[in-house]
Amino acid sequence: MSDPGPDDAPAPAADRPAERSGVDRLRRSFLSPSRGQAVVGVLVGVLAFAAVTQVRLAGDDDTYSNLRESELIQALNGLQAASRRAERDINDLEATRDQLRSSTERRATALEQAQKEVQTLGVLAGTVPASGPGIQVTVEDPEGQLSLNHLLDGIEELRNAGVEAIEINDRVRVIAQTSFEEDPEGVRVDGVVLKPPYVIDAIGNADTLGGALQFQDGFTDDVERDGGSVSVKKADRVDVNVTRTPVRPRYAEAVPGQ
Amino acid sequence: MIAIIGLVVGVVLGLFLTPDVPLSLEPYLPIAVVAALDAVFGAFRAFLDGIFDDKVFVISFISNVLIAAMIVFLGDKLGVGAQLSTGVVVVLGIRIFSNVAAIRRHIFHA
Repeated sequence: MSDPGPDDAPAPAADRPAERSGVDRLRRSFLSPSRGQAVVGVLVGVLAFAAVTQVRLAGDDDTYSNLRESELIQALNGLQAASRRAERDINDLEATRDQLRSSTERRATALEQAQKEVQTLGVLAGTVPASGPGIQVTVEDPEGQLSLNHLLDGIEELRNAGVEAIEINDRVRVIAQTSFEEDPEGVRVDGVVLKPPYVIDAIGNADTLGGALQFQDGFTDDVERDGGSVSVKKADRVDVNVTRTPVRPRYAEAVPGQ
Repeated sequence: MIAIIGLVVGVVLGLFLTPDVPLSLEPYLPIAVVAALDAVFGAFRAFLDGIFDDKVFVISFISNVLIAAMIVFLGDKLGVGAQLSTGVVVVLGIRIFSNVAAIRRHIFHA
């Protein structure tokens, strides 16, 4: 089985007791190279090469590879706790952000609605100028026969037809609280004396408004029967520029929550 | 003598060439080194016992390395690569210890 080498063959006879000892064989093989030794040398060289490479690789690895298992577990726990904390922070901050965003959005929406309402109410209350399609009614009274009732009839017809803003003679805005009084020189509207001819600017559906004034036995017929004349001019754009200062109601109070 | 020269040459080559191990071979290298180490110690012991054969050494060296690599590969495929690697290292370590014990008895007679 064993084949120490061709040159060992005569040796056993020479000094047999020494040959039996492995140490002696080792000592002798140092001095007498053989084919087997060359093979061993090559393989041992390969082993050393691989071992050195592996040692270098293992040394190159990052810090965690040198830690023991318990240390790794500790490090892992620490990282997990840190990541949990970070996630909690993220959640908190995201919740705050969402809250702020939704409250901002709510506020912006409320503001927008309020502004729209201000516009609408402003047109109704006469506090803002208005413009839009409508008609311009000119009532002439050359004989001085027209009374306040004629004018009130006209205004009433316009209101029934859904007028949205009215002014008379570019001087008075007509709203819900507007007062009409007789005056020797003409009429007194909201304390302003107006003389004929009366020019009524009305914003609304021009056809409806015009029809409301001109039907059989209506406003136009009444005025013409009493010696006046009415001309209705439809326009794509009628400007109502007169405004009123809003008046706080003295008796009426808004019911909250409606 | 030649074996020691081979050892030194291998170490020097490893130190100066600093070869890059392909990533796919990286897990097999440490096990292969341990298996080869086992083969070398086994061969040394056989040499001291007077039963050394270079052919046996070459075959045992190569087969040790291949089998070790195969076990690691198999372990990786089965999902128990780390455990199987540990097992291989333990078995080879025991063998190395017993071989070294035999070598020690030869050299120091103790």
